[in-house]
Amino acid sequence: MDAILRLEGVVKTYTNHRAVDNVSFEVPRASLFGLLGPNGAGKTSLIRIITAITRADAGAIYLDGKKLEGRFPQQIGYMPEERGLYKRMKVGEHLLYLAQLRGVPKSEAQQQIQHWFDKFDINDWRNKKIEELSKGMQQKIQFIATVMHRPQLLILDEPFSGLDPINTNLIKDEIYNLRQQGTSIIFSTHRMEQVEAICEHIVLINQGLNILEGPLLDIKESFKDNLFRMVYSGQLPVGFAQTYPVVQQEANAVTVQLPDARRGDEMLREVIAGGAHIRSFQEILPSLNDIFIRRVEESNTTLPEELKAQAGS
Amino acid sequence: MNKLGLIIRREYLSRVTRRSFILGTLLTPLAFAVLFVVVGFIFQYESDKSQRIAIFDEGEMLGGAIKDEGNLYFRFEEGPLDTLKANLGEMEYDALLYIPPLKDVMDNRLTAYYYSDDQLTPDVEITIRGRISSAIRDYKIEALALERDQLEALDTRISLEPEPLTDKGTDATRFTSVIAAAIGGLMGFIMYMTVFIYGMMVMRSVMEEKTNRIVEVMISSVRPFQLMLGKIIGVGAVGLTQVAIWAILIPLLGLLARLIFGFDATNPMLESQAAEVNPDDMQAMISMAMSEIASINWWMVLPLFVLYFLGGFFMYSSLFAAVGSAIGDDTGEGQSLTIPITIPVILALYIMIAVIQAPDSSLATWSSIFPLFSPIVMPARLAFGPPLWEVITSVLVMIGSAIFLIWLSGRIYRVGILMYGKKTGFKELAKWIFSKD
Repeated sequence: MDAILRLEGVVKTYTNHRAVDNVSFEVPRASLFGLLGPNGAGKTSLIRIITAITRADAGAIYLDGKKLEGRFPQQIGYMPEERGLYKRMKVGEHLLYLAQLRGVPKSEAQQQIQHWFDKFDINDWRNKKIEELSKGMQQKIQFIATVMHRPQLLILDEPFSGLDPINTNLIKDEIYNLRQQGTSIIFSTHRMEQVEAICEHIVLINQGLNILEGPLLDIKESFKDNLFRMVYSGQLPVGFAQTYPVVQQEANAVTVQLPDARRGDEMLREVIAGGAHIRSFQEILPSLNDIFIRRVEESNTTLPEELKAQAGS
Repeated sequence: MNKLGLIIRREYLSRVTRRSFILGTLLTPLAFAVLFVVVGFIFQYESDKSQRIAIFDEGEMLGGAIKDEGNLYFRFEEGPLDTLKANLGEMEYDALLYIPPLKDVMDNRLTAYYYSDDQLTPDVEITIRGRISSAIRDYKIEALALERDQLEALDTRISLEPEPLTDKGTDATRFTSVIAAAIGGLMGFIMYMTVFIYGMMVMRSVMEEKTNRIVEVMISSVRPFQLMLGKIIGVGAVGLTQVAIWAILIPLLGLLARLIFGFDATNPMLESQAAEVNPDDMQAMISMAMSEIASINWWMVLPLFVLYFLGGFFMYSSLFAAVGSAIGDDTGEGQSLTIPITIPVILALYIMIAVIQAPDSSLATWSSIFPLFSPIVMPARLAFGPPLWEVITSVLVMIGSAIFLIWLSGRIYRVGILMYGKKTGFKELAKWIFSKD
């Protein structure tokens, strides 16, 4: 696999706890990668190691095949969860400042700013002060600031927090655009439904440990319970419940557990032969939320109650 | 442009272009000028209520003549005392001054009585006492048949002129120490103010960045140390700019005030004292003072002053930055962390005041080498011409300490700015210094 980022046995210990414990994974090039974990699992610690803000105690990180040493890699764009801007600075000046700090020459930075101002149709913001913008507007500026130096790897920590649905979609579209252009993107979040909708690969971190990793579909596949849901009209054949293990029976729908999908074909033939009409038939894959809670609970039997509630929401 | 340069530039420009900075820089000298004028005016202010005072001079010692002064009008009246007291109101007097006769010419104590329903104010008391005293002095000269010239010859005015014993010593006039103390005190005080003002500015700015969460964005492109150093240098440049503007503006304003108002607005106190001095003496004193000021080695004092400003500023502002990074959100609780920084600054100010009285004392020597005191104490001593080895030692120790403290603060800062919602004590800070990246 062509990986933009590879972590090998990364360890980080603070005075009284191990924040990152022997974590290894790979981020495929030009992929949308989800870095998941409950609050306090070590996501931010891990990101800070990747962005060279802090140094790992052990292990190695390879960015684009080259080992990462010490200084902050310019190829990374990082939008932290705790993000802010200088309130008194003007939008245009602020973006220029951040771009220059990331090593973009002034003229090129100006071009980039113009490009994004046109794209988001916010040319009239240029001379406004940051403090005059709403939180959502500031988020857009944050996003522009993160991608202005055209990083190969984008790390977004809870990118949609505080954004309304319209702006969420706007940013989402830009993320897809960037991916199309070959940028690899790491999402760090505990919001499962977002990851489910966007990411192709995930890694799940709990208490500093890598507890699950791989392509999202494969993971779902491996966690499935072989449940199938059939919606029908008419009557099920007599003795259906004896032949197939029914998990749930509703008015015009039934959920059954089958050893594999092929067994479903047989079942359908039987039901049709029995005179019923099939409206839909589909395999029920576990939601990422369920997998998340299951894996976290397995790896940590003493998981606090509020976390379950949060992950379930 | 490199990153440090960019940070310095932003920190500097974002401050000097702020309206509050421009107004503050321009209006502060003006405010001081107004304050001086107002204070001078207040000190010169006398009672504006005119008072008529009757004098009953029973022993006829005052010769029937006491000059009126300001709002005080004196008239001699004949006794007896009780009648005068009873009719005082009708005679339109505010007070009656009764001077009993001296029993003996050799008596040097006399109690006079001031009858009035109004209060005897201090300025009236001083005037009356002075008048009676000099009138009785004249009376006694007469009574004792003394020669006035001889009497005046008794008082000898002494001035002490310091002269060098060998060629090595510096030739000083009697003004040297006074002028040096004034300049030294001024310099020390400026250092004290600037260290505080701009050190606090660095601290507030660090706290603001942390509370704003901009710091997370920043350190994904620059090292925390660069961010801290850039901020300190930027604010330091702001400080130098402001002090430089004031150094030009304040004398200019003084000059303007003199031209417009036709008097020296800055020191009305001096002027009132000068009134009692012979004008020729005054002229001589001013020219002597001017030559003293000119004789100070400004080519040495001014660069050293800037050097001490930078040293003191770097030391204290890096400490303030470290504390600011540890405080963050909750200002109330973190204030206790600033106490260990403010104590040496205040202590240094008091030492400085003691040192300008005795610039060669061992306190002066040691405190101008101790790095946390030297930026405030040494500039105060510069006008006295301290030994060269002390200056060199002091500067070297200060530069070394500044580098060490910047390094130390950088260690604390890099951990502190990323630490949220945790209460921080000195133990924590000490741990951060030695924690790894």
